[in-house]
Amino acid sequence: MATPHVPAAAGDLTPELLGTPEWTDQMVAAAGIPMHDIPFLTAGGGIGSFVTVDYLRIYGVPTSHIRVVSNIDYPWQTYEFLTRCSQIPRPERIRSDSSSRPDNIWGFPSYALEEAWKEKNPRYLWNVLTEPLLNDYWTPRAGTVFENLEREAKRIGYWDMLVKGQVRMVRKRVGGGYFTVVTPPEGTAPTKRIVFRSRFVHLAVGYPGLKFLPDLQEFRQKYGDYQHVVNAYEPHEQVYEFLKTRPGTVVIRGGGIVASRVLQRLFDDREKYNLQTQIVHIFRTFITGSHGPHIWMRRKGGDGWAYQGFNYPKSVWGGQLKAEMRKLEGAARAQKYKDMGGTNTPKRRRWQEQMAQGRAGGYYHAFQGVVEKVEPAPDGRLVSHVRSKDGTIRQPVADYIIDCTGLEADIAEHRVFADLLQYSGAYRNPVGRLEVERHFEVKNTASGDGALYASGSATLGGYFPGVDTFLGLQVAAQEIADDLARRGFCRKMGPVRSTTQWFKWAFNSPV
Amino acid sequence: MVPTLFGRIQTRLFLLATVGVIVTLIIVPFLPGTSGPIGDLYATGFMVLVSVAVLGVIWEFIYHFLMQFRWEKDWPTLFGLLTFINEGLLLFFLLRTGILDSIADAPPAGAFWTHFIVVWLCVWLVANGPMRVPFIRWRFRGGRVL
Repeated sequence: MATPHVPAAAGDLTPELLGTPEWTDQMVAAAGIPMHDIPFLTAGGGIGSFVTVDYLRIYGVPTSHIRVVSNIDYPWQTYEFLTRCSQIPRPERIRSDSSSRPDNIWGFPSYALEEAWKEKNPRYLWNVLTEPLLNDYWTPRAGTVFENLEREAKRIGYWDMLVKGQVRMVRKRVGGGYFTVVTPPEGTAPTKRIVFRSRFVHLAVGYPGLKFLPDLQEFRQKYGDYQHVVNAYEPHEQVYEFLKTRPGTVVIRGGGIVASRVLQRLFDDREKYNLQTQIVHIFRTFITGSHGPHIWMRRKGGDGWAYQGFNYPKSVWGGQLKAEMRKLEGAARAQKYKDMGGTNTPKRRRWQEQMAQGRAGGYYHAFQGVVEKVEPAPDGRLVSHVRSKDGTIRQPVADYIIDCTGLEADIAEHRVFADLLQYSGAYRNPVGRLEVERHFEVKNTASGDGALYASGSATLGGYFPGVDTFLGLQVAAQEIADDLARRGFCRKMGPVRSTTQWFKWAFNSPV
Repeated sequence: MVPTLFGRIQTRLFLLATVGVIVTLIIVPFLPGTSGPIGDLYATGFMVLVSVAVLGVIWEFIYHFLMQFRWEKDWPTLFGLLTFINEGLLLFFLLRTGILDSIADAPPAGAFWTHFIVVWLCVWLVANGPMRVPFIRWRFRGGRVL
């Protein structure tokens, strides 16, 4: 019998490719997918990709050896969208240390020094000198961060390396290295997919997705109402606009920085426009004071909140906690994460004042409770059925509910990770995310002389805790760059090159 | 800073051996209230510097212990600056007792405090920024230089 006719290759994934963990060059060629060679590819194109590429460029890797595959146009695009939604427009300050600079691998001069110099304002320096003892932590304006990222992106030739497209999967290559399958924007390529063949791949695709609180998700789906129950990370300006038109009640869920930000906006608007907004704040875990297992591990708290300057205790980025975690495996590591974890927010003087005024004025009501369900009231508003630990049942009625919990979806919600877990040998760490080495290579995914790295939120739970932060991404980038130097991909950077490169940064001359 | 114990000790020794030595070389001839051969003045100056280093190792153990009470396990910038008071006073009184006289003469108060504070300030300033320029891994390793 004659062999069935095989249709002409369409440049798309074939069942054979989809079902085969390791691909050969011939398999890709047979599918008709155009193949491009690039030694180092980073997928994502957000801040994680940017700082990694920044390191590599400063270590001496030319732009012709690097490609950034991304569906966004500039590295801070997603970050800026999320910060703006969560009430941090460019002039407002983010929650980040003065010397955590994603545009400057040395962290010197710090943002405080730069803003003080530019604005001729020595108070910023006094602030960093006396923080956190006499002052709140000094933090940079979102705008300062973005402007500097743009400057650095231009300096390192970022846009020469950017390829627009959606990364679909990364598979091992027989003979070493990896294939990265990319779906280019429609109409920009003759085929549906293109493939990059690389020795090294880096994944920095960001948060797999937002997860809603289950009761709010249920409400949205059941009643099709996406206007009154909102997530703080999605645009929700309608809430604040509504409250300007008539008195209303808002329920806030969550006890983290985003809850603080949203509260500040509500308090600010109340004061600015003389509004009558009532705020009901539901904490699932209500912290009443200092808490922790023993005297050497106790965090401050009160009025519902756990207080901490930044996302993690400071020493995770370079000190004692970083050194301790680096040695831990399995259950011991998971326990350490638990000990230092928990939702928290900075204890900022302004926020404390606003909440105290709110409590005294009877328009800010915070309590512990678990929401069992949310239903529409007869007048169309929203009733939350809340049960507290002491058995009290409350049923606050509100015009809007803002979910500020910032829950993250499982990594397998992201196609690239789901594929990696299924076909490439990657596995989960003790807290359920992607297990990586101390140098951020995804464990069990080596392919010949190639290596697959990952950084950012997907790797939380590894030997280094602060992964989903500016400085954490730089810690990861440095580990990756040093590992690449060990493998001979670039030279290791010593004090002399570091210093000359710093001067190039300072004078904004190309690397 | 977010030092580890070994990071603290290494940073102190490294910065005293570099910044401290340079500052001492420059400043000793100009210290107030000193007289005598320049060699003797330098002997005194370096004796003070070495004392800061040796005593400092003990101090670092104490600071490390105190840091354990902090949730963040950090050492605020201001602490790094203000600890010149306790360290300076202890060293000053030790020198007054004459226990180091066999090595070099104790400096007059004005000379000691000028030298001590200038070195302290320079070391503190370098540790809070410029140190990161040549040593990009230093801040991620709790202050370890090696």
